Amino acid sequence: MSTALKDLAKTIRSKNAGVNKITFDIIFRDREPYERVKRAGVLTRETMAALYRIPVERISDFVEYDPGYAIKFTLYRLRPSGSAGDGDIFGAQQYAPLLDVQVP
Amino acid sequence: MQSLKIICPNGHLGFAPIRTGSFELGVAARPDLIAADSGSDDIGPGPLGSDTSTSPEAWQRHDLEHMLLAARRLGVPMVIGSAGDTGSNSRVDLYVRVIRELAAKHDLPRFRIGWFYSEVDKGWLRQRMAAGEVVRGLDGYADLSVAELDATDRIVAMAGVHPYVELMRQGCDVIIGGRSSDAALFAGPALFHGFPEDLAYYLGKVLECASFCAEPYGGKETVMGEITHDEVLVTAMSPEQRCTIASVAGHAMYERSNPYEEFFAGGRLDMTHCHYEQVAEKTTRITGSRFVPDAQVRVKLEGAGKVGERYIGLCGVRDPYTIAHIDRVMGWARDQVRARFGETGYELHYTVYGRNGVMGELDPMRDRPGHELCIMVQGIAPTKDMAEEVAMTGLRQMFYARLPDVKGTAGSVAFPLDEVLHASPAYRWTLNHTVAVDDPMALFPTHVGEAGV
Repeated sequence: MSTALKDLAKTIRSKNAGVNKITFDIIFRDREPYERVKRAGVLTRETMAALYRIPVERISDFVEYDPGYAIKFTLYRLRPSGSAGDGDIFGAQQYAPLLDVQVP
Repeated sequence: MQSLKIICPNGHLGFAPIRTGSFELGVAARPDLIAADSGSDDIGPGPLGSDTSTSPEAWQRHDLEHMLLAARRLGVPMVIGSAGDTGSNSRVDLYVRVIRELAAKHDLPRFRIGWFYSEVDKGWLRQRMAAGEVVRGLDGYADLSVAELDATDRIVAMAGVHPYVELMRQGCDVIIGGRSSDAALFAGPALFHGFPEDLAYYLGKVLECASFCAEPYGGKETVMGEITHDEVLVTAMSPEQRCTIASVAGHAMYERSNPYEEFFAGGRLDMTHCHYEQVAEKTTRITGSRFVPDAQVRVKLEGAGKVGERYIGLCGVRDPYTIAHIDRVMGWARDQVRARFGETGYELHYTVYGRNGVMGELDPMRDRPGHELCIMVQGIAPTKDMAEEVAMTGLRQMFYARLPDVKGTAGSVAFPLDEVLHASPAYRWTLNHTVAVDDPMALFPTHVGEAGV
Protein backbone atom coordinates (compact mmCIF):
# COMPACT_ATOMS: atom_id res chain seq x y z
CA MET A 1 0.00 0.00 0.00
CA SER A 2 1.35 3.41 -0.86
CA THR A 3 1.57 6.35 1.50
CA ALA A 4 1.61 10.07 0.72
CA LEU A 5 4.96 11.75 1.31
CA LYS A 6 3.27 14.25 3.66
CA ASP A 7 2.37 11.35 5.97
CA LEU A 8 5.97 10.14 6.14
CA ALA A 9 7.96 13.37 6.31
CA LYS A 10 8.27 15.71 9.30
CA THR A 11 9.03 18.72 7.11
CA ILE A 12 8.48 19.46 3.44
CA ARG A 13 9.59 22.96 2.50
CA SER A 14 11.02 25.21 -0.17
CA LYS A 15 13.15 28.33 0.15
CA ASN A 16 15.54 30.47 -1.86
CA ALA A 17 19.11 29.26 -2.02
CA GLY A 18 20.64 32.48 -3.20
CA VAL A 19 18.89 34.73 -5.70
CA ASN A 20 18.69 32.34 -8.63
CA LYS A 21 17.78 28.97 -7.09
CA ILE A 22 15.04 27.42 -4.98
CA THR A 23 15.93 24.52 -2.71
CA PHE A 24 13.51 21.86 -1.46
CA ASP A 25 13.95 19.91 1.79
CA ILE A 26 12.09 16.73 2.67
CA ILE A 27 13.03 15.86 6.25
CA PHE A 28 12.09 12.71 8.17
CA ARG A 29 11.82 12.21 11.90
CA ASP A 30 13.96 9.09 11.92
CA ARG A 31 15.82 6.64 9.77
CA GLU A 32 13.02 4.22 8.90
CA PRO A 33 10.77 6.44 6.73
CA TYR A 34 13.86 8.15 5.29
CA GLU A 35 15.29 4.84 4.12
CA ARG A 36 11.89 3.74 2.86
CA VAL A 37 11.57 6.81 0.64
CA LYS A 38 15.18 6.47 -0.55
CA ARG A 39 14.62 2.80 -1.43
CA ALA A 40 11.36 3.52 -3.19
CA GLY A 41 13.13 5.70 -5.73
CA VAL A 42 10.20 8.12 -5.98
CA LEU A 43 12.40 11.12 -5.16
CA THR A 44 15.12 11.41 -7.77
CA ARG A 45 16.36 14.09 -10.15
CA GLU A 46 14.23 12.57 -12.86
CA THR A 47 11.00 12.22 -10.88
CA MET A 48 11.32 15.76 -9.55
CA ALA A 49 11.89 17.15 -13.03
CA ALA A 50 8.80 15.25 -14.18
CA LEU A 51 6.71 16.42 -11.21
CA TYR A 52 7.53 20.08 -11.85
CA ARG A 53 7.49 19.52 -15.62
CA ILE A 54 10.94 21.00 -16.16
CA PRO A 55 14.02 19.72 -18.01
CA VAL A 56 16.26 17.70 -15.70
CA GLU A 57 19.11 20.17 -16.35
CA ARG A 58 17.22 22.77 -14.30
CA ILE A 59 17.83 20.69 -11.17
CA SER A 60 21.25 21.86 -10.02
CA ASP A 61 21.66 19.56 -7.02
CA PHE A 62 20.08 16.43 -5.63
CA VAL A 63 21.35 15.21 -2.25
CA GLU A 64 20.42 12.39 0.11
CA TYR A 65 21.59 13.86 3.40
CA ASP A 66 21.97 11.03 5.88
CA PRO A 67 22.93 13.13 8.95
CA GLY A 68 19.62 15.00 8.73
CA TYR A 69 17.45 12.11 7.45
CA ALA A 70 16.66 14.42 4.57
CA ILE A 71 16.41 14.47 0.82
CA LYS A 72 16.95 17.79 -0.83
CA PHE A 73 17.07 19.12 -4.35
CA THR A 74 17.58 22.52 -5.85
CA LEU A 75 16.40 24.04 -9.09
CA TYR A 76 17.27 27.11 -11.08
CA ARG A 77 14.68 29.84 -11.38
CA LEU A 78 13.97 31.15 -14.86
CA ARG A 79 14.51 34.70 -13.58
CA PRO A 80 16.13 35.78 -10.30
CA SER A 81 13.92 36.19 -7.23
CA GLY A 82 12.06 39.46 -6.96
CA SER A 83 12.14 40.18 -10.69
CA ALA A 84 8.84 41.81 -11.67
CA GLY A 85 6.29 39.06 -12.17
CA ASP A 86 7.87 36.69 -9.63
CA GLY A 87 5.01 35.44 -7.46
CA ASP A 88 7.19 34.07 -4.64
CA ILE A 89 10.17 36.25 -3.75
CA PHE A 90 11.27 33.94 -0.90
CA GLY A 91 10.55 30.74 -2.83
CA ALA A 92 8.64 29.57 0.24
CA GLN A 93 5.47 28.15 -1.40
CA GLN A 94 6.87 25.92 -4.14
CA TYR A 95 6.70 22.61 -2.28
CA ALA A 96 2.97 21.82 -2.53
CA PRO A 97 3.28 19.30 -5.39
CA LEU A 98 5.56 17.17 -3.17
CA LEU A 99 2.95 16.61 -0.47
CA ASP A 100 0.99 13.95 -2.33
CA VAL A 101 3.86 12.08 -3.97
CA GLN A 102 2.95 8.43 -3.41
CA VAL A 103 5.55 6.23 -1.72
CA PRO A 104 5.13 2.45 -2.21
CA MET B 1 40.41 31.62 26.90
CA GLN B 2 38.95 28.11 27.25
CA SER B 3 35.47 28.78 25.94
CA LEU B 4 33.44 31.53 24.28
CA LYS B 5 29.66 31.69 24.60
CA ILE B 6 27.59 33.66 22.08
CA ILE B 7 23.84 34.16 22.11
CA CYS B 8 21.90 34.92 18.93
CA PRO B 9 18.31 36.14 19.33
CA ASN B 10 17.31 36.67 15.71
CA GLY B 11 18.26 35.30 12.31
CA HIS B 12 17.29 38.50 10.53
CA LEU B 13 17.20 41.37 12.99
CA GLY B 14 14.41 43.82 12.26
CA PHE B 15 12.43 41.57 9.91
CA ALA B 16 10.29 40.48 12.87
CA PRO B 17 10.91 41.39 16.52
CA ILE B 18 12.84 39.06 18.83
CA ARG B 19 11.04 37.04 21.48
CA THR B 20 12.26 38.68 24.64
CA GLY B 21 11.51 35.78 27.01
CA SER B 22 14.14 33.40 25.63
CA PHE B 23 16.49 36.32 25.03
CA GLU B 24 16.46 37.20 28.75
CA LEU B 25 17.10 33.53 29.58
CA GLY B 26 20.07 33.68 27.21
CA VAL B 27 21.36 36.84 28.86
CA ALA B 28 20.98 35.19 32.28
CA ALA B 29 23.25 32.38 31.06
CA ARG B 30 26.10 34.95 31.00
CA PRO B 31 27.22 34.90 27.35
CA ASP B 32 30.55 36.42 26.34
CA LEU B 33 29.03 38.06 23.28
CA ILE B 34 25.61 38.91 21.80
CA ALA B 35 25.34 38.82 18.04
CA ALA B 36 22.78 38.80 15.23
CA ASP B 37 22.70 39.19 11.50
CA SER B 38 20.32 41.76 10.08
CA GLY B 39 20.42 41.08 6.35
CA SER B 40 19.23 38.78 3.64
CA ASP B 41 19.02 38.65 -0.13
CA ASP B 42 15.69 36.84 0.28
CA ILE B 43 13.87 40.15 0.35
CA GLY B 44 14.45 40.75 -3.34
CA PRO B 45 16.49 43.42 -5.12
CA GLY B 46 14.25 46.41 -4.24
CA PRO B 47 15.76 47.47 -0.90
CA LEU B 48 19.35 47.32 -2.15
CA GLY B 49 18.50 49.11 -5.39
CA SER B 50 16.48 51.86 -3.73
CA ASP B 51 18.73 52.00 -0.63
CA THR B 52 15.92 51.38 1.83
CA SER B 53 15.12 48.80 4.52
CA THR B 54 12.27 46.37 4.22
CA SER B 55 12.11 46.18 8.02
CA PRO B 56 10.33 48.95 9.92
CA GLU B 57 12.73 51.11 11.92
CA ALA B 58 10.66 50.54 15.06
CA TRP B 59 11.41 46.79 14.93
CA GLN B 60 15.08 47.36 14.19
CA ARG B 61 15.23 49.74 17.14
CA HIS B 62 13.38 47.26 19.38
CA ASP B 63 15.94 44.52 18.81
CA LEU B 64 18.96 46.82 18.92
CA GLU B 65 17.73 48.28 22.22
CA HIS B 66 17.31 44.88 23.89
CA MET B 67 20.68 43.68 22.68
CA LEU B 68 22.52 46.89 23.53
CA LEU B 69 21.15 47.15 27.06
CA ALA B 70 21.93 43.50 27.77
CA ALA B 71 25.42 43.70 26.31
CA ARG B 72 26.29 46.85 28.25
CA ARG B 73 24.86 45.38 31.46
CA LEU B 74 27.02 42.27 31.03
CA GLY B 75 29.97 44.27 29.74
CA VAL B 76 30.32 42.08 26.64
CA PRO B 77 30.54 42.97 22.94
CA MET B 78 27.49 43.22 20.71
CA VAL B 79 27.94 42.40 17.03
CA ILE B 80 25.48 43.09 14.19
CA GLY B 81 26.06 42.09 10.57
CA SER B 82 24.41 43.23 7.32
CA ALA B 83 22.82 46.27 8.93
CA GLY B 84 19.31 47.21 7.87
CA ASP B 85 18.54 44.27 5.55
CA THR B 86 21.03 45.16 2.80
CA GLY B 87 24.22 46.22 4.60
CA SER B 88 24.51 49.30 2.37
CA ASN B 89 26.42 52.32 3.72
CA SER B 90 23.25 54.24 4.59
CA ARG B 91 21.97 51.26 6.60
CA VAL B 92 25.24 51.02 8.56
CA ASP B 93 25.02 54.75 9.30
CA LEU B 94 21.40 54.29 10.39
CA TYR B 95 22.31 51.56 12.90
CA VAL B 96 25.28 53.52 14.24
CA ARG B 97 22.97 56.49 14.75
CA VAL B 98 20.34 54.34 16.48
CA ILE B 99 22.96 52.85 18.82
CA ARG B 100 24.18 56.36 19.71
CA GLU B 101 20.60 57.55 20.33
CA LEU B 102 19.84 54.52 22.50
CA ALA B 103 23.05 55.02 24.46
CA ALA B 104 22.08 58.64 25.13
CA LYS B 105 18.49 57.72 25.96
CA HIS B 106 19.63 55.21 28.61
CA ASP B 107 22.61 57.25 29.87
CA LEU B 108 24.93 54.34 29.09
CA PRO B 109 28.52 54.85 30.18
CA ARG B 110 30.85 55.68 27.29
CA PHE B 111 31.76 52.76 25.05
CA ARG B 112 33.55 52.14 21.79
CA ILE B 113 31.57 51.54 18.62
CA GLY B 114 33.12 50.24 15.42
CA TRP B 115 31.61 49.87 11.99
CA PHE B 116 32.58 49.00 8.46
CA TYR B 117 31.16 49.64 5.03
CA SER B 118 30.57 47.17 2.23
CA GLU B 119 29.46 49.19 -0.78
CA VAL B 120 31.55 48.74 -3.89
CA ASP B 121 32.28 51.65 -6.20
CA LYS B 122 31.18 50.91 -9.77
CA GLY B 123 34.17 52.83 -11.08
CA TRP B 124 36.56 50.55 -9.19
CA LEU B 125 34.89 47.48 -10.62
CA ARG B 126 34.90 48.99 -14.10
CA GLN B 127 38.66 49.58 -13.83
CA ARG B 128 39.23 46.01 -12.70
CA MET B 129 37.23 44.72 -15.65
CA ALA B 130 39.08 47.03 -18.06
CA ALA B 131 42.34 45.60 -16.69
CA GLY B 132 41.16 42.12 -17.67
CA GLU B 133 39.79 40.93 -14.35
CA VAL B 134 36.89 38.51 -14.79
CA VAL B 135 34.03 39.13 -12.37
CA ARG B 136 32.67 35.60 -12.23
CA GLY B 137 28.96 34.81 -12.24
CA LEU B 138 27.48 32.49 -9.60
CA ASP B 139 24.55 30.08 -9.86
CA GLY B 140 23.88 30.42 -13.55
CA TYR B 141 24.83 34.11 -13.92
CA ALA B 142 27.15 34.90 -16.84
CA ASP B 143 30.43 36.64 -16.03
CA LEU B 144 29.81 40.36 -15.52
CA SER B 145 29.48 42.50 -18.64
CA VAL B 146 29.92 46.26 -18.81
CA ALA B 147 26.26 46.55 -19.84
CA GLU B 148 25.08 44.76 -16.68
CA LEU B 149 27.40 46.89 -14.56
CA ASP B 150 25.92 50.00 -16.22
CA ALA B 151 22.40 48.75 -15.40
CA THR B 152 23.31 48.46 -11.70
CA ASP B 153 22.40 51.10 -9.12
CA ARG B 154 24.14 49.75 -6.02
CA ILE B 155 26.62 46.99 -5.18
CA VAL B 156 27.57 45.53 -1.82
CA ALA B 157 30.40 43.10 -1.18
CA MET B 158 29.88 40.20 1.21
CA ALA B 159 32.41 40.49 4.05
CA GLY B 160 33.97 37.44 5.62
CA VAL B 161 35.47 37.36 9.09
CA HIS B 162 38.20 39.91 8.42
CA PRO B 163 36.56 43.24 9.37
CA TYR B 164 35.01 41.63 12.48
CA VAL B 165 38.39 40.33 13.65
CA GLU B 166 39.89 43.78 13.00
CA LEU B 167 37.19 45.67 14.95
CA MET B 168 37.45 43.17 17.84
CA ARG B 169 41.20 43.79 17.81
CA GLN B 170 40.50 47.52 18.14
CA GLY B 171 38.53 46.81 21.30
CA CYS B 172 35.06 47.69 20.07
CA ASP B 173 32.14 47.13 22.42
CA VAL B 174 29.58 47.39 19.63
CA ILE B 175 30.25 46.41 16.02
CA ILE B 176 27.89 47.34 13.17
CA GLY B 177 28.75 45.50 9.98
CA GLY B 178 27.97 46.20 6.36
CA ARG B 179 26.91 43.29 4.16
CA SER B 180 28.45 40.10 5.55
CA SER B 181 28.21 36.35 5.39
CA ASP B 182 25.88 35.53 8.26
CA ALA B 183 28.35 33.16 9.88
CA ALA B 184 31.23 35.66 9.76
CA LEU B 185 30.00 37.86 12.58
CA PHE B 186 30.10 34.89 14.97
CA ALA B 187 33.22 33.28 13.54
CA GLY B 188 35.18 36.56 13.55
CA PRO B 189 35.07 37.07 17.34
CA ALA B 190 35.81 33.36 17.92
CA LEU B 191 38.89 33.62 15.69
CA PHE B 192 39.94 36.81 17.45
CA HIS B 193 39.90 34.90 20.74
CA GLY B 194 42.14 32.19 19.27
CA PHE B 195 39.69 29.38 18.58
CA PRO B 196 40.39 27.15 15.58
CA GLU B 197 38.99 28.03 12.15
CA ASP B 198 37.53 24.54 11.75
CA LEU B 199 35.15 25.14 14.66
CA ALA B 200 34.75 28.93 14.50
CA TYR B 201 33.12 28.87 11.08
CA TYR B 202 30.83 26.06 12.15
CA LEU B 203 29.85 28.04 15.26
CA GLY B 204 28.78 30.86 12.96
CA LYS B 205 26.98 28.53 10.62
CA VAL B 206 24.87 26.97 13.37
CA LEU B 207 24.03 30.27 15.11
CA GLU B 208 23.26 32.45 12.09
CA CYS B 209 19.51 31.79 11.99
CA ALA B 210 19.00 31.72 15.76
CA SER B 211 16.27 29.20 16.70
CA PHE B 212 16.04 27.70 13.21
CA CYS B 213 18.60 25.16 14.49
CA ALA B 214 16.18 24.11 17.27
CA GLU B 215 12.91 22.22 17.39
CA PRO B 216 9.97 22.40 17.47
CA TYR B 217 9.87 25.10 14.81
CA GLY B 218 9.64 28.62 16.17
CA GLY B 219 11.41 31.69 14.87
CA LYS B 220 13.04 34.61 16.68
CA GLU B 221 13.91 32.63 19.81
CA THR B 222 17.40 32.84 21.30
CA VAL B 223 20.00 30.09 21.02
CA MET B 224 23.44 29.90 22.62
CA GLY B 225 26.54 28.57 20.95
CA GLU B 226 29.69 27.74 22.88
CA ILE B 227 33.04 27.10 21.26
CA THR B 228 36.03 25.46 22.91
CA HIS B 229 39.25 24.24 21.32
CA ASP B 230 37.64 20.84 20.68
CA GLU B 231 33.93 21.27 20.08
CA VAL B 232 30.90 23.46 19.44
CA LEU B 233 27.89 23.17 21.75
CA VAL B 234 24.55 24.66 20.81
CA THR B 235 21.66 25.07 23.26
CA ALA B 236 18.11 26.34 22.81
CA MET B 237 17.19 29.04 25.33
CA SER B 238 13.43 28.88 24.86
CA PRO B 239 11.72 26.56 27.39
CA GLU B 240 9.74 25.18 24.44
CA GLN B 241 12.71 24.28 22.25
CA ARG B 242 15.65 21.87 22.14
CA CYS B 243 18.71 21.65 19.93
CA THR B 244 18.70 18.04 18.77
CA ILE B 245 20.91 16.11 16.41
CA ALA B 246 18.12 16.27 13.84
CA SER B 247 17.43 19.97 14.25
CA VAL B 248 21.11 20.94 14.18
CA ALA B 249 22.06 18.67 11.30
CA GLY B 250 18.88 19.76 9.55
CA HIS B 251 19.79 23.42 9.82
CA ALA B 252 22.93 22.84 7.74
CA MET B 253 20.77 22.31 4.69
CA TYR B 254 18.52 25.35 5.19
CA GLU B 255 18.66 27.79 2.27
CA ARG B 256 21.64 25.93 0.80
CA SER B 257 21.82 23.75 -2.27
CA ASN B 258 24.58 21.65 -0.70
CA PRO B 259 24.27 20.78 3.00
CA TYR B 260 27.91 19.76 3.27
CA GLU B 261 29.64 23.01 2.40
CA GLU B 262 29.41 26.76 2.59
CA PHE B 263 31.61 29.37 0.93
CA PHE B 264 33.09 32.48 2.52
CA ALA B 265 35.48 35.20 1.48
CA GLY B 266 38.69 33.26 2.04
CA GLY B 267 37.59 29.65 2.13
CA ARG B 268 34.99 26.97 2.49
CA LEU B 269 33.41 25.26 5.50
CA ASP B 270 33.27 21.51 4.95
CA MET B 271 30.64 19.74 7.06
CA THR B 272 31.01 16.31 5.42
CA HIS B 273 32.55 14.75 8.51
CA CYS B 274 30.55 16.57 11.17
CA HIS B 275 29.66 14.42 14.14
CA TYR B 276 26.58 15.33 16.17
CA GLU B 277 25.94 14.16 19.71
CA GLN B 278 23.08 14.90 22.11
CA VAL B 279 24.87 15.80 25.35
CA ALA B 280 21.95 17.26 27.29
CA GLU B 281 18.24 17.62 26.78
CA LYS B 282 18.55 20.97 25.00
CA THR B 283 22.16 20.76 23.84
CA THR B 284 23.89 19.17 20.87
CA ARG B 285 27.67 18.87 20.47
CA ILE B 286 29.29 19.16 17.06
CA THR B 287 32.80 18.09 16.13
CA GLY B 288 34.54 17.27 12.87
CA SER B 289 33.84 20.40 10.81
CA ARG B 290 36.71 21.65 8.66
CA PHE B 291 37.64 25.00 7.16
CA VAL B 292 39.53 24.83 3.87
CA PRO B 293 41.23 28.15 3.07
CA ASP B 294 41.39 29.43 -0.52
CA ALA B 295 44.71 30.42 -2.08
CA GLN B 296 43.01 33.44 -3.66
CA VAL B 297 40.33 35.34 -1.76
CA ARG B 298 37.21 35.93 -3.85
CA VAL B 299 34.50 38.19 -2.47
CA LYS B 300 30.85 37.82 -3.41
CA LEU B 301 29.13 40.88 -4.86
CA GLU B 302 25.41 41.61 -4.81
CA GLY B 303 24.02 44.30 -7.08
CA ALA B 304 20.58 45.62 -7.93
CA GLY B 305 19.46 47.77 -10.83
CA LYS B 306 16.25 49.66 -11.48
CA VAL B 307 13.98 48.31 -14.18
CA GLY B 308 11.40 51.05 -13.98
CA GLU B 309 8.48 52.72 -12.27
CA ARG B 310 5.56 50.43 -11.51
CA TYR B 311 1.78 50.51 -11.31
CA ILE B 312 -0.39 47.53 -10.41
CA GLY B 313 -4.07 46.68 -10.89
CA LEU B 314 -6.38 43.83 -9.90
CA CYS B 315 -9.37 42.14 -11.44
CA GLY B 316 -11.42 38.99 -10.89
CA VAL B 317 -13.07 36.48 -13.18
CA ARG B 318 -16.03 34.19 -12.42
CA ASP B 319 -17.41 33.07 -15.83
CA PRO B 320 -16.14 29.50 -16.41
CA TYR B 321 -15.88 30.08 -20.14
CA THR B 322 -13.74 33.18 -19.59
CA ILE B 323 -11.63 31.30 -17.03
CA ALA B 324 -11.05 28.53 -19.56
CA HIS B 325 -9.86 31.15 -22.07
CA ILE B 326 -8.08 33.49 -19.68
CA ASP B 327 -4.85 33.43 -21.70
CA ARG B 328 -6.79 34.85 -24.66
CA VAL B 329 -8.22 37.58 -22.45
CA MET B 330 -4.75 38.58 -21.28
CA GLY B 331 -3.45 38.22 -24.83
CA TRP B 332 -6.06 40.65 -26.10
CA ALA B 333 -5.10 43.24 -23.49
CA ARG B 334 -1.41 42.68 -24.17
CA ASP B 335 -2.03 43.32 -27.87
CA GLN B 336 -3.64 46.68 -27.05
CA VAL B 337 -0.58 47.65 -24.98
CA ARG B 338 1.61 46.56 -27.88
CA ALA B 339 -0.42 48.65 -30.32
CA ARG B 340 0.07 51.70 -28.10
CA PHE B 341 3.68 51.26 -26.96
CA GLY B 342 5.32 48.75 -29.32
CA GLU B 343 7.20 45.58 -28.46
CA THR B 344 9.86 46.87 -26.07
CA GLY B 345 10.67 49.60 -23.60
CA TYR B 346 8.26 48.43 -20.93
CA GLU B 347 7.17 45.28 -19.06
CA LEU B 348 3.65 43.97 -18.60
CA HIS B 349 3.10 41.04 -16.21
CA TYR B 350 -0.01 39.06 -15.38
CA THR B 351 -0.13 36.93 -12.23
CA VAL B 352 -3.16 34.64 -12.24
CA TYR B 353 -4.20 33.65 -8.70
CA GLY B 354 -6.48 30.65 -8.66
CA ARG B 355 -4.47 29.07 -11.44
CA ASN B 356 -0.69 29.45 -10.99
CA GLY B 357 -0.12 32.83 -9.36
CA VAL B 358 2.19 31.38 -6.72
CA MET B 359 4.18 28.86 -8.74
CA GLY B 360 3.98 30.20 -12.28
CA GLU B 361 5.52 27.86 -14.82
CA LEU B 362 6.44 25.36 -12.08
CA ASP B 363 2.83 24.58 -11.17
CA PRO B 364 1.82 21.08 -12.28
CA MET B 365 -1.86 22.10 -11.84
CA ARG B 366 -1.61 25.16 -14.05
CA ASP B 367 -4.11 23.71 -16.53
CA ARG B 368 -6.75 23.22 -13.79
CA PRO B 369 -7.83 26.70 -12.69
CA GLY B 370 -10.31 27.19 -9.85
CA HIS B 371 -13.84 28.50 -10.21
CA GLU B 372 -12.74 32.08 -9.56
CA LEU B 373 -9.52 33.88 -10.53
CA CYS B 374 -7.79 37.01 -9.31
CA ILE B 375 -5.36 38.58 -11.73
CA MET B 376 -2.69 41.06 -10.76
CA VAL B 377 -1.47 43.27 -13.58
CA GLN B 378 1.89 45.04 -13.37
CA GLY B 379 3.01 47.75 -15.74
CA ILE B 380 6.67 48.77 -15.59
CA ALA B 381 8.14 51.60 -17.63
CA PRO B 382 10.81 54.31 -17.48
CA THR B 383 8.38 57.01 -16.28
CA LYS B 384 5.48 56.95 -13.85
CA ASP B 385 3.08 58.23 -16.47
CA MET B 386 3.97 55.53 -18.93
CA ALA B 387 3.90 52.80 -16.26
CA GLU B 388 0.43 53.95 -15.25
CA GLU B 389 -0.81 53.80 -18.82
CA VAL B 390 0.77 50.40 -19.47
CA ALA B 391 -0.86 48.98 -16.34
CA MET B 392 -4.20 50.68 -17.01
CA THR B 393 -4.32 49.49 -20.62
CA GLY B 394 -3.24 45.99 -19.60
CA LEU B 395 -5.98 45.92 -16.96
CA ARG B 396 -8.91 47.72 -18.55
CA GLN B 397 -8.60 46.07 -21.93
CA MET B 398 -9.26 42.72 -20.26
CA PHE B 399 -12.77 44.06 -19.72
CA TYR B 400 -13.17 44.37 -23.49
CA ALA B 401 -11.56 41.08 -24.47
CA ARG B 402 -13.32 39.51 -27.47
CA LEU B 403 -14.11 35.88 -26.86
CA PRO B 404 -16.29 34.28 -29.58
CA ASP B 405 -18.79 32.38 -27.44
CA VAL B 406 -18.97 34.46 -24.29
CA LYS B 407 -22.47 34.94 -22.93
CA GLY B 408 -21.65 37.93 -20.76
CA THR B 409 -21.05 40.72 -23.25
CA ALA B 410 -21.10 43.56 -20.73
CA GLY B 411 -17.56 42.99 -19.43
CA SER B 412 -15.12 40.06 -19.25
CA VAL B 413 -13.68 40.76 -15.79
CA ALA B 414 -14.74 42.21 -12.43
CA PHE B 415 -12.93 45.23 -10.98
CA PRO B 416 -12.62 45.59 -7.19
CA LEU B 417 -11.15 49.05 -7.90
CA ASP B 418 -11.47 50.98 -11.11
CA GLU B 419 -7.90 52.26 -10.91
CA VAL B 420 -4.28 51.20 -10.96
CA LEU B 421 -2.07 51.85 -7.95
CA HIS B 422 1.43 53.26 -7.80
CA ALA B 423 3.76 50.58 -6.39
CA SER B 424 7.43 50.51 -5.51
CA PRO B 425 9.77 50.70 -8.54
CA ALA B 426 10.84 47.37 -10.01
CA TYR B 427 14.45 46.31 -9.54
CA ARG B 428 16.32 43.18 -10.51
CA TRP B 429 19.39 41.38 -9.22
CA THR B 430 22.11 42.37 -11.68
CA LEU B 431 25.12 41.13 -9.73
CA ASN B 432 25.47 37.71 -8.16
CA HIS B 433 29.18 37.40 -8.79
CA THR B 434 32.61 37.11 -7.20
CA VAL B 435 35.71 39.24 -7.60
CA ALA B 436 39.28 38.44 -6.57
CA VAL B 437 41.01 40.67 -4.01
CA ASP B 438 44.61 40.62 -2.78
CA ASP B 439 43.71 42.15 0.58
CA PRO B 440 40.54 40.74 2.20
CA MET B 441 40.00 44.11 3.94
CA ALA B 442 40.23 46.08 0.68
CA LEU B 443 36.46 46.42 0.18
CA PHE B 444 35.57 46.90 3.86
CA PRO B 445 36.89 50.17 5.37
CA THR B 446 36.56 50.20 9.17
CA HIS B 447 35.81 53.14 11.48
CA VAL B 448 35.80 53.50 15.25
CA GLY B 449 34.04 56.09 17.40
CA GLU B 450 32.44 56.56 20.77
CA ALA B 451 28.90 56.46 22.10
CA GLY B 452 27.31 56.94 25.52
CA VAL B 453 27.88 59.63 28.10
